[in-house]
Amino acid sequence: MTSARPLGGSLIDQFELGLDAPICLTWELTYACNLSCAHCLSSSGKRDPRELTTEQCEAVIDELQAMQVFYVNIGGGEPTIRPDFWHLLEYSVAHQVGVKFSTNGFRITPERAQWLSRTDYVDVQVSLDGATPEINDALRGPGTYAAALTALDNLASAGFTDAKVSVVVTRENAHQLDDFKRIADDHGATLRLTRLRPSGRGADVWDDLHPTAEQQRDLYRWLMDAGEGVLTGDSFFHLAALGDPLPGLNLCGAGRVVCLIDPIGDVYACPFAIHDRFLAGNILRDGGFAPVWRESRLFQELRSPQSGGACSSCSAYDSCRGGCMAAKFFTGLPLDGPDPECVKGNSETALAAPGRVIPAASQDHSRPSTTIERERPAHACDDSPLTPFIPLESLIATRA
Amino acid sequence: MSMTILDEPLSLSQSVSLRPEPFGALAYNFGNRRLTFLKRPELVSVVQGLDGSRSLAEVLADCGIPEHQWPVFAESLERLIDAEMIERPALAGARD
Ligand code: SF4
Ligand code: SF4
Repeated sequence: MTSARPLGGSLIDQFELGLDAPICLTWELTYACNLSCAHCLSSSGKRDPRELTTEQCEAVIDELQAMQVFYVNIGGGEPTIRPDFWHLLEYSVAHQVGVKFSTNGFRITPERAQWLSRTDYVDVQVSLDGATPEINDALRGPGTYAAALTALDNLASAGFTDAKVSVVVTRENAHQLDDFKRIADDHGATLRLTRLRPSGRGADVWDDLHPTAEQQRDLYRWLMDAGEGVLTGDSFFHLAALGDPLPGLNLCGAGRVVCLIDPIGDVYACPFAIHDRFLAGNILRDGGFAPVWRESRLFQELRSPQSGGACSSCSAYDSCRGGCMAAKFFTGLPLDGPDPECVKGNSETALAAPGRVIPAASQDHSRPSTTIERERPAHACDDSPLTPFIPLESLIATRA
Repeated sequence: MSMTILDEPLSLSQSVSLRPEPFGALAYNFGNRRLTFLKRPELVSVVQGLDGSRSLAEVLADCGIPEHQWPVFAESLERLIDAEMIERPALAGARD
């Protein structure tokens, strides 16, 4: 590790220098998914043949236990598709690594909900991107609203308290925040709102779906009123430039407190940064997760002092810090300049510049049909912003 | 004021784990899933020293914390009690 490190200072200063282990670790267990959401951050669809085996996953958990990673956010793809998912969940909890997993809800049957409510240290996060079937299913696919609500019903009836209803805020659903809150409240659950990032397939729909400037201002006020009762995964800190900071950590944690282990053991700086540019190493090739977290060149670089670039003269820099690295990268903006959704409008010129190049994806697990359909329309306005959906496949079959 | 928190024996909650970090430690409560940051290494040694039998004052003395700083430490521990990171075993019987 690097030697001299200043002690003291604010917690943010310390976090920028990195930690011995991540606080917010996401682990995507599989790229397989029964759905093909238009905005999928990991371009999921098909399983990758190189995905970690059960034994390799157990070894990851052992290592997380040794590093005292207190909990892990498990996602995918749809993690419940892995036949060993429930086993790995039990294994993790038994090894002092709590689990929060994200699901589209199709496999949260009444029996499974009962089982989950009997299992300690497990948190379930059900994805819902519209408070009505029309808005949700347009993005996530037919039947997905009903499936998410059924999962939430099953969890509530099983006495599972405090499930999370996880919503990506888009131009289409930004006016439904009160409705989402009511859905969560009705199920004894907590609402979690996160930001749409142009990552994975999200890059294809971002231009048309990211909230407008006015929606961002309304969202900011709504979040300030909601306070800590609504979770955000600290994903809206770029809105802090509108006034007082929102509750939570106001910094980009990529490689400092945040990282991603993908299904084949690749370690990326952030779940929204699945690209070779942000690939730190691989747990199989590099001798485990700890060496990658502690020693990889990329993470060392991310933990060294960063320049604010064009943002450093901005009055809001202290709270906004230039926003989200992944959002900048995947919209072809400089990493040391303003966020593409800069609330002061400072990225508008750069976004409109003719020479802006969107980086090509370095990997994609979308099913072939999805890939073909997700080609960008020649002009943003002459086609539907949403990807057409392939029929739901047999994989959905809820557990009998 | 007669009895203060300084006279009380305290202990780390059963469901809390401490993880050392360069700036101090992270404390995670598996029960309520709250994460707290102990920002000073001295506070970490105090928290680690709590054993449910010695009073807080004794632990502070053992950790070499100068007496004029005790009120600050007492305040931090009150906050950790509110966050359910630290328990007051003396009160546990009364509450049950
Ligand atoms: S890259 Fe964006 S999503 Fe990832 S940690 Fe930084 S701010 Fe958060
Ligand atoms: S210019 Fe940079 S620091 Fe200022 S509000 Fe915009 S993104 Fe944030």
